[in-house]
Amino acid sequence: MNLMLMDLATFALVGGVLTLLGAATGIGQLLRHQADTGMNPAVIEQFNMRIRAWWLLCAMLAMAFLLGRGVTVALFWFLSSWALREFITLTPTRMADHRALFWVFFLFTPLQYVLIGCNLYDLFSVVIPVYAFLFIPARIAFAGDFKRYLERCAKIQSGLMICVYCLSYAPALLYLKLPPPPPAAAAAGAVALAPVIAAPQQAPNARLLFFFLLVVTLGDAFQYLSEKTLGKHIIAPAISPNRTWEGYLGGVGCATLFGTVMWWATPFKPWEASLMSMVITTMGFAGGMTMSAIKRDRGVKDYGTLVEGHAGVLDRIDSMCFAAPVFYHLTRFIFPQ
Amino acid sequence: MTRTLLAAIARLISGASVRWVDCEPDTCQRVYFANHTSHLDALVLWSSLPAHVRELTRPVAAKDYWEKGWVRPYLAKNVFDALLIDRTHIKVHQSPVDLMLKAIGDTHSLIVFPEGKRSTDSEIDEFKSGLYYLAKKRPDLELVPVHIDNMNRVLPRGEFLPVPMLSCITFGAPMWLEAGEAKSKFLERARSAVRRLKET
Repeated sequence: MNLMLMDLATFALVGGVLTLLGAATGIGQLLRHQADTGMNPAVIEQFNMRIRAWWLLCAMLAMAFLLGRGVTVALFWFLSSWALREFITLTPTRMADHRALFWVFFLFTPLQYVLIGCNLYDLFSVVIPVYAFLFIPARIAFAGDFKRYLERCAKIQSGLMICVYCLSYAPALLYLKLPPPPPAAAAAGAVALAPVIAAPQQAPNARLLFFFLLVVTLGDAFQYLSEKTLGKHIIAPAISPNRTWEGYLGGVGCATLFGTVMWWATPFKPWEASLMSMVITTMGFAGGMTMSAIKRDRGVKDYGTLVEGHAGVLDRIDSMCFAAPVFYHLTRFIFPQ
Repeated sequence: MTRTLLAAIARLISGASVRWVDCEPDTCQRVYFANHTSHLDALVLWSSLPAHVRELTRPVAAKDYWEKGWVRPYLAKNVFDALLIDRTHIKVHQSPVDLMLKAIGDTHSLIVFPEGKRSTDSEIDEFKSGLYYLAKKRPDLELVPVHIDNMNRVLPRGEFLPVPMLSCITFGAPMWLEAGEAKSKFLERARSAVRRLKET
């Protein structure tokens, strides 16, 4: 049984998240059934929808963690592919791009995740930004249609970059060499869970990924709440009428506070955890902003409908995509490989 | 079993979101007529119907395409029970419309593509008259317009490898041939019913 991704601290983290989600679900349902809260029912409905999406994400992640890092990488491959298909669906390409798109979906995307799974940093950090970025314009040129050529290349390249390359850095966290946890904690974990866990060497990595996902998601949530309660100064009304400076500061502030308190679950010192949370949420905010601009350009509100009435996968992972590479590189910088 | 599995695969590949606008899935006898941009259209439309409706629905497809090789005939015959129509030799006393009516009896429904061939761009071509004669000979059939969006990008004309983009299938309000309605007027009405679904 490959349960080696888990140990005591991980279980504490997972338990904490489940409690948090449970509480949020309870509040959401309470608000829904109370007639006179004076709150906009649409806002409550959206809150509940977000919580449902998080449950789904959490369930998938928990399953992947329990089954090992290979499964986690495969899960992210699936997420990437789905996000990419939403991205490409909304950006009009032409018939001549069909073959280029085929290779993007069936060669470069799986290849990226295979390289992640083999932990070939030298390769997975360049295959898409160099080789795929050269291949795509060349393949389109060979197809012989020059109409809006640069625009079509850019669309496919940015889709591949954001949905596949950037997101793939999240599961890559599972392969970083991290300092071993202090012996006391490791021993406690090993004793408590000796019957189910053979060797919890990968547990710090699993927690690192979990920490990352948690801070990104909470950053989104806090930002949403701050916007609804305090939002005044809109950053760029033409891009998104919802994103305000108050929302940004509130989101980053709360998530950073949370990330700092959670330092014990990570290999970082408290101030490092704090800095990391700040960087993650800032990047996440930038990601949301960028995706809003793309959506605005295409004249849509949400990216897709995986489940009827829900926003698409890409709407849920946009901040993750932008934060993952930066978080990975900073962690690599703190713990040289 | 194969049918359910194939329907699931088709839905996954096409990523189709299915919308019923002013129309509900029903097992009554219907003719679903749709725009045609890709070889996968019949399969995707068929798989987007609920299982109990799908069991009773037969796509009408071109014999010259679906009889090639061994995968396609197997799919057409055993999986989605297609009604293959010979586009090259049309006999006078065995017209496609008569074949279709014979095939559906009084239980089955049909999926037809009245353009007769795949259109190259997003514009819907003129409808062939088959739909009119179907409606005239069996006025009790519900004619349901269906718009298939984005399938031409999943598998464009002349390509054989699909790219998994998301498509959208919209079912519209049923229509019938009105008393004394001229052929060209009816076909134009049917065509605009499909085109209108694109915007909704």
